[in-house]
Amino acid sequence: MNRIGLFAPLALFAVVLAIGYFGFQLDDPHRLPSALIGKPFPDFAAERLDGEAGGLVRRADLLGSPVLVNVWATWCPTCKAEHDELLRIRSRAPVRIIGINYKDDPVKARRWLAEYGDPYELNLIDADGALGVELGVYGAPETFLLNAGGDVVFKQVGAIDEQIWQQEIAPRLAAMGVPVADGEARIDAG
Amino acid sequence: MIPELGHLSVILALALSIAGAVFGLGGAHIGLGRWMQAATSATYGQMVFVALGFLVLVNAFVTDDFSVAYVAHNSNSLLPWQYKVSALWGAHEGSLLLWTLIMTLWMSAVALRGAALPPGILARVLGVMGLLNGGFLSFLLLTSNPFERLLPLAPADGADLNPLLQDFGLIVHPPMLYTGYVGFSVAFAFAVAGLLSGRLDSAWARWSRPWTNIAWAFLTLGIALGSWWAYYELGWGGWWFWDPVENASFMPWLAATALIHSLAVAEKRGAFRTWTLLLALSAFSLSLLGAFIVRSGVLTSVHAFAVDPTRGLYILGFLAVVVGGSLTLFALRASAAAADVRYGLFSREASLLVNNLLLVVAMAVVLLGTLYPLAYEALTGGDKISIGPPWFNRFFVPLMLAAAVALGVGPFLGWKRSGFTRLRRRLAWCFGASVALAVLVALLLEGLRSWGAAAAVGLGLWILCTHAVDVGRRLRLKGASPPLSYWGMTLAHIGFAVSLLGIALTHELSVEKDIRMSVGESATHGEVTFRFDGVVDAPGPNYRAQRGLFAIEDGERRFGLTPEKRRYFASGSVMTEAAIDAGFFKDIYVSLGEPLANGDWAVRVYVKPFVRWIWFGAVLMALGGTLAVADKRYRRLRRRVESRSSAIGAPSVPA
Repeated sequence: MNRIGLFAPLALFAVVLAIGYFGFQLDDPHRLPSALIGKPFPDFAAERLDGEAGGLVRRADLLGSPVLVNVWATWCPTCKAEHDELLRIRSRAPVRIIGINYKDDPVKARRWLAEYGDPYELNLIDADGALGVELGVYGAPETFLLNAGGDVVFKQVGAIDEQIWQQEIAPRLAAMGVPVADGEARIDAG
Repeated sequence: MIPELGHLSVILALALSIAGAVFGLGGAHIGLGRWMQAATSATYGQMVFVALGFLVLVNAFVTDDFSVAYVAHNSNSLLPWQYKVSALWGAHEGSLLLWTLIMTLWMSAVALRGAALPPGILARVLGVMGLLNGGFLSFLLLTSNPFERLLPLAPADGADLNPLLQDFGLIVHPPMLYTGYVGFSVAFAFAVAGLLSGRLDSAWARWSRPWTNIAWAFLTLGIALGSWWAYYELGWGGWWFWDPVENASFMPWLAATALIHSLAVAEKRGAFRTWTLLLALSAFSLSLLGAFIVRSGVLTSVHAFAVDPTRGLYILGFLAVVVGGSLTLFALRASAAAADVRYGLFSREASLLVNNLLLVVAMAVVLLGTLYPLAYEALTGGDKISIGPPWFNRFFVPLMLAAAVALGVGPFLGWKRSGFTRLRRRLAWCFGASVALAVLVALLLEGLRSWGAAAAVGLGLWILCTHAVDVGRRLRLKGASPPLSYWGMTLAHIGFAVSLLGIALTHELSVEKDIRMSVGESATHGEVTFRFDGVVDAPGPNYRAQRGLFAIEDGERRFGLTPEKRRYFASGSVMTEAAIDAGFFKDIYVSLGEPLANGDWAVRVYVKPFVRWIWFGAVLMALGGTLAVADKRYRRLRRRVESRSSAIGAPSVPA
């Protein structure tokens, strides 16, 4: 090899590194969700956390009105922080909130809801994270906003806070015809 | 309190790794003996403190300390104890701790054997390895701390280890694989030390060879274990999927296979030195690239259990520094290694050159196939493309077959040049015999229709025959019996042939049927009859199983097989446990699919001839690689240092 040739491996590596870097940018979790946005929420069948009879909950059960699907777990500290915001949303807007209890222990999950309050209409058990894989969940918490037809219109990776609610979720809900209260005024979820 | 001690001791290990790097590299640069000795002490210190941290985490797992987040996420009080220990490397953080433990063990091994090396070389090698270890340790501490606590909200029980990983194969697969990956850091460090010191003679190659062989043997076993595990645990009987993570382990293996061959030329003949250096840098760089691919989640796969952007970015930065830095050094300094060594067309050098080219092209094929989807997505801004097994097979299989042709001849050529006529006489009947046998096999075994498979069978026999002929010839020769390195080489090559035969025969002769069976129904494949006798409930320690009962008739043999579908309590996930009657000539494989109406089940019933040969061959290769290290000339290293002669065992050419 001549002296210039000795630089060839370095050049080749630079190309590989660039591919790795750009590929990595693509995989930025805050950009990737676009994959599900505008697409139908995937089909699923899951058991209810409350153990109530009536069989499995399916995608069809989410249709008919806008719904927030919140992925959470008791082992997730951010979920604890997000929990109060969910309770607040519950008191402000008549939107269904469905929980997906992700890779968690159902006993602990039920205890958590009893202790901290239950913002959810119902909770699904995803103990092995299989549904999470379908949804491309990176980790709890994550929240999907679905329209009445079951399409994903918005996805939040990480906790929902007051700002996300005001800027991203409330306007979308309002656009879908859900009355959204500005303040803490309670609207009966009926 | 105890987990914090583990955390602290890893921090201390990081401090020592930096100290080791400074003392080792700095001491060698300015020629300070004290500093160079300090690098050795720092090496042992890193090993002790990382091992302490490791034991602390093992203790947390065994005592069910769910206040440690990593334990809570990956273990459960009901988990059998052996899986509590192996759960440590069931996810990212613990794997990384195991990785650094193995790294420090390799470093300590080098330090222990280091008396045979010139102090300047040893200090540089330990310095470079300390630098690498420091990179891993800070990665662990900054992004992946396994000692993090869940306080004050410690859960009462853990989320359990992924049931796929609750298995013997997965207890041993990661440590083997990591030992291989990390082991290449020794050859890498020797290459960097050689470039820094300008000492790139035959001795340099001889120092690197045993380490490279052993790391390669571990990686071979690790890959084989992974393949074996996928075969019996994933429940669909495949043994290789060209999955990105498999490719990630296969690329360093191909580079290292090329490396151990080119090191032979560099040691014995002083040729290929620049090329050997590059391979030594590549083998470890590809190991790191593999780690990046697995850990960053840039390529999604069943293996990518840890997806975290900070981690990916850190590894990418680390890659840029380590690989970019070493290749820059290579570009600036490697010209010193160039030597003008001549050899003929029919010489061992030429055949090893062919071997190297084929292996490196094969490696490039795998690299391209693995990264292309990523590059495509990056260039098109989000479009996805997938490259599947057919693509890999189309390029990879012909390359390996070509390598097999050369493998039947190359080892029996002499260095420099070889008389073609004598060799032709010796090997002609091997050629005829293997062609005839391949045709016979193709005719005898119904189902062997593809030309590729017949060629592969013929080439496997070709390698076995030529090696047997040569062993016979060497044993008849008067005088010294062949050295251990010769036996190691022969064993490894036979292993390659055995794997090749296994792959070709399994591929062509397997019967794979997914069928619906009702209770009492039978299915027949050739000589084998499967009767389905229903499904019963069976309890396990941390799961409940549905156990299928199958009565098998295989010629004269009658026996039962009981595949299971297990539902694990903690996670609620369902796993398929195949039942396999393993045999030297064929495996009989049954796995339960889904329950259907009327008590019927979807069932997979396979007959897979010669499938064991694939892994058996890998074991032979690993044994061969290890056996070669036991050769006398490596044991004489210690004594030779004083005399500083460069030729022992075989003639070598001064630089």
